[in-house]
Amino acid sequence: MRAGKSRLSTLLFISAVVTLLVTVTTLNQLPAGHELHVGNFMVSLLGKYLTYAILAVAVDLVWGYLGILSLGHAAFFALGGYAMGMYLMRQIGDRGVYGNPDLPDFMVFLNWTELPWYWMGFDSFAFTALMILLVPGLLAFVFGWFAFRSRVNGVYLSIITQAMTYALMLAFFRNEMGFGGNNGLTDFKDLLGFDLRSDDVRLGLFIASGVALIFVYLLCDSILRSRLGKVAIAIRDAEDRTRFLGYRVERVKLALFTLSAMIAGLAGALYVPQVGIINPGEFSPLNSIEVVVWVAIGGRGTLYGAVIGALGVNYAKTWFTGAYPEAWLFALGLLFVLVTLALPKGIAGLRWFPSQGKKEGGT
Amino acid sequence: MYCRIAIFRIVALCLFFSSPLVRADVNTGIAELDTIFTDFYEGKGSVRTEALDTLAAMPREDTRELLQGILDGDLMFHRPSDTIVWAVKDGREFTMTSLDRSADLGRDGSRKVKRLKLNNSVRAYIRQLIAGLGLYSSNATERLAAIEALIDTPAAIEQATLDELLSAEQDQTVLHALQSLLTRKQLSSDDPTIRVTAVKALRTDLSSESRAAITRVALDDEDTDVRDAATSVQQYHEQQVKIYGRAETVFFGLSLGSVLVLAAIGLAISFGVMGVINMAHGELIMLGAYCAWAMQQLMPQSIAAALVVSIPIAFIVTGLVGIIIERTVIRFLYGRPLETLLATFGISLILQQLVRTFVSPQNVPVANPEFMSGVLHINGVFSLTLNRLYILAFCLLVFAALVILLKYSRFGLEVRAVSQNRAMARAMGVRSARIDSLTFGLGAGVAGIAGVALSQLTNVGPNLGQAYIVDSFMVVVFGGVGNLWGTLISGMTLGIANKLMEPWAGAILAKILVLVFLIMFIQKRPRGLFPQRGRAVES
Amino acid sequence: MSAAGNYQKPLIRRDRTFEFLIPQYVDDLDLSHGTALYLEDISVNFDGFQAINNLNFYVDTGELRCLIGPNGAGKTTLMDIVTGKTRPDTGSAWFGQRINLLRMDEAQIAQAGIGRKFQKPSVFENLSVFDNLELSMTGTRTVWGTFRARMSRETVERIESMAETINLSEQLNQSAGSLSHGQKQWLEIGMLIMQNPILLLVDEPAAGMTHQEMDKTVELLRSLSGERAVVVVEHDMEFVRALQAPVTVLHQGSVLAEGSMDDIQSNSDVMRVYLGTESTT
Repeated sequence: MRAGKSRLSTLLFISAVVTLLVTVTTLNQLPAGHELHVGNFMVSLLGKYLTYAILAVAVDLVWGYLGILSLGHAAFFALGGYAMGMYLMRQIGDRGVYGNPDLPDFMVFLNWTELPWYWMGFDSFAFTALMILLVPGLLAFVFGWFAFRSRVNGVYLSIITQAMTYALMLAFFRNEMGFGGNNGLTDFKDLLGFDLRSDDVRLGLFIASGVALIFVYLLCDSILRSRLGKVAIAIRDAEDRTRFLGYRVERVKLALFTLSAMIAGLAGALYVPQVGIINPGEFSPLNSIEVVVWVAIGGRGTLYGAVIGALGVNYAKTWFTGAYPEAWLFALGLLFVLVTLALPKGIAGLRWFPSQGKKEGGT
Repeated sequence: MYCRIAIFRIVALCLFFSSPLVRADVNTGIAELDTIFTDFYEGKGSVRTEALDTLAAMPREDTRELLQGILDGDLMFHRPSDTIVWAVKDGREFTMTSLDRSADLGRDGSRKVKRLKLNNSVRAYIRQLIAGLGLYSSNATERLAAIEALIDTPAAIEQATLDELLSAEQDQTVLHALQSLLTRKQLSSDDPTIRVTAVKALRTDLSSESRAAITRVALDDEDTDVRDAATSVQQYHEQQVKIYGRAETVFFGLSLGSVLVLAAIGLAISFGVMGVINMAHGELIMLGAYCAWAMQQLMPQSIAAALVVSIPIAFIVTGLVGIIIERTVIRFLYGRPLETLLATFGISLILQQLVRTFVSPQNVPVANPEFMSGVLHINGVFSLTLNRLYILAFCLLVFAALVILLKYSRFGLEVRAVSQNRAMARAMGVRSARIDSLTFGLGAGVAGIAGVALSQLTNVGPNLGQAYIVDSFMVVVFGGVGNLWGTLISGMTLGIANKLMEPWAGAILAKILVLVFLIMFIQKRPRGLFPQRGRAVES
Repeated sequence: MSAAGNYQKPLIRRDRTFEFLIPQYVDDLDLSHGTALYLEDISVNFDGFQAINNLNFYVDTGELRCLIGPNGAGKTTLMDIVTGKTRPDTGSAWFGQRINLLRMDEAQIAQAGIGRKFQKPSVFENLSVFDNLELSMTGTRTVWGTFRARMSRETVERIESMAETINLSEQLNQSAGSLSHGQKQWLEIGMLIMQNPILLLVDEPAAGMTHQEMDKTVELLRSLSGERAVVVVEHDMEFVRALQAPVTVLHQGSVLAEGSMDDIQSNSDVMRVYLGTESTT
């Protein structure tokens, strides 16, 4: 039966991620000269990919299963990232260029005399952790509250999510916003007292990303296997019909959209300490669309498809930008076109993959 | 008062030579010049000014040039020869020529020449002299410049001189300037009634000089009547400035709106009429702008003609690109709007990279032809830049052409038929696939035309399109999909709203506020300002 | 009379109830007067097209009623109004004595006990027959509730027995998209019954069915009435006759005639509207 297959794919997925974590950790411990040694750069890179995979799962949850094509998920990712960045900025303390114990460097540079109110509390990791989920979640909730209640659908919804992230990008570019303007937040020193530049911490962040991915995957999988998951698919395929069965469609959408935004925020928070910077460029509409293409290529409507897409496309991007930097946008553009034309179910739609839940396009 | 004397002397001299406009072609000897300059160089105070007066009064053609030379520091004192010469810096040395430019005096090191000492009062005096000379120039532009230089110190010119000039002047513009100079002079008249008349005459003059003069009179004049008159004129001025300020905001808003409409109208066709989400629309605009650049590269001698020619070229080029996109990609994705969105986004990336690879990743220069640059002065506080005015007109022209095309042509009829009921249109013998291609091509071609217009306002680079795509979608959605008039009104409304908010919110915040407003608006009225209604749309 | 008299008139009108005095949404359905649905003075205008024109329509509890009328008579629009899809411009719509349908959205109306089958069979094609029936089953509709919902022995049995009723036991784990047109119709009827509604609105159930299937549908609909009120919209006059139920004829958005099938067939107004084409069957 189907449920059995679904469990099988989940099991396979988790073992694959655990294998990756264990292998990389082991190979990282080998001496640097060893031919199987995985360098710290690679560890951080893989860690970054894993956070992208989490983001892709978040997008797949709403797009693949609920039919909401969000072109603004990078905004939630970036907000989670900024929350983490703010904590890391506070951790710098008086080790900044200006040595001001109360204010981050860029505020000193702008001649600010006191910390803005919205920076309060980011000294505490617990508070930050809460904000990482709450800020993207709240934005998604407010946005979705209006959008879903007034039944903004399909393309219109996609366009206004894009407008949302575009507006946020413009806002974060402003110095007056107090998030470092153009340059964003960077020069982080340590996280929870651990030096961010140390190899062990990098490895730790990589493992944390992997564990977070497993956790997020299990969470989404449990939702999708519950009756709620079936309702989601019902909404994706025939929204009106679901309403006439008595389901409050807008509430289901709102709940899953908000959850998805929180997952994206979590991914962003894990991303920032690994790349060491967060700037308004993360809000750019292009980023959001790239996430969508990971999911499309991997196969929407399957959680592991989203993960495969995120890892595959990003690996390709790294390789291309190293080998043929000119060609990357050509390749990405072609991927967009070819996948939508020839492979609407993505890689996971190819025959030899086990079917997980229900596929088929949500559009 | 130096100035008054200076001009008086010049005037006297000119009158002596009977016609001021035909200066005697007698170049008095270099010796005389030398004396004057020695006086100027060695003397102090009144000696210097008298030397300058003498110079100005000399019946030479180059007096003006010489005075300007002193002012600009091109005339220098050469120590070894103890004379004043024209000196042009050439590397570490100076090339020198004699005062009357008749003899080449060779080169000498920079230590051997010395600047003439000038202080501010001497500079001002020289300027007055130059201005005074200009009053009698045979060139109307020079006369105008001379009058404008005097406008803030009307006392420098004698009433009689002014009357003389007024009666002799033929050129309307110069005459107008002379009259306002006269008015300004009357403001400092001893007779309060003349001052009141002058104040009233300045009522229609909104230039900043006139407003400043009125303000000064309103504050300082010793006569109450004059002050009262000035205050009322001042209030009128403030009111006018406010009104014209608003008019200017509206103009800027309309200008921005016309850009938005131009960028969005192609999208309104492909999105509104065909229901196709074309994320590559911005890149089609970009291609249009590059057409303008390419034509200017091909015809570097005639930029204006190149720009005009590039309009049809851009239409054809981007239209063809659009048709190719439709034939190869979009055709397979009808009825799947979200997939179309993704595929066309891929195309937009490819187009951008094509331009980066084959043209340049940097911006390319597109020149503004002569007729586009310039300003249309309405009055002292309100002027319209010609390029924005042209683009506004161009936008309306393109819009009208499209409306007429879609409403009155056979093609337009078929387009509307297909968009309303594809199956029925086919049954009636409309070749819907061909219409789809042509409609998409039309939308793309209009985007190209918009690109040509935008090349006159913004930088042309590979990222040009991205800046407009979100805005264009907003305009179309706000106006109501499938409604060209809605697009026009929504574009203009958004443009004006943006410009109205800018003064107090700043450009970026205004844009953010407009976006937020639009997001709220779509949620309130998902079908835009002018929705298509009826049963067919419901399903 | 005097201006003051006119001025006070609205205040002393006894025949009008102020909006705020009407209870808006009351959870418990009150059918004590024996009428399940009241539609009064309903009008709907789509951009100049008068789809419903001052319509009055009542359905008794447990009644089986047929609704016929030519295309554009307003049958589907009427159903849209009852189920909350379309809001009328004027008029009132009450479910029992105490539930104002105009103040509720589709989901609330469905939860209150009004079920609807669409003209085009609409089932969830990517879900299995079992899932389709599970989703329509009465029970929790909240987000958290559906997330926590577990299948008990009885619910599985209920779904299986319903599958038997609608002849889809074999296809229980098949995706609904793979069913034939008739099977989809049956599945949708099954889903409707799983909702356990008080009032059923059935739009063209016989479309695409064989004669045998039609007979079975008639039997099923007849068995449903009594406990529930059933309103059937149908074009097939043979099917309508087989239902042996009172018929309401809609024409240009209002009721043209009401009565038994025989009465209707001999009604001159109806014959004029239908131009005699269907009155002979």
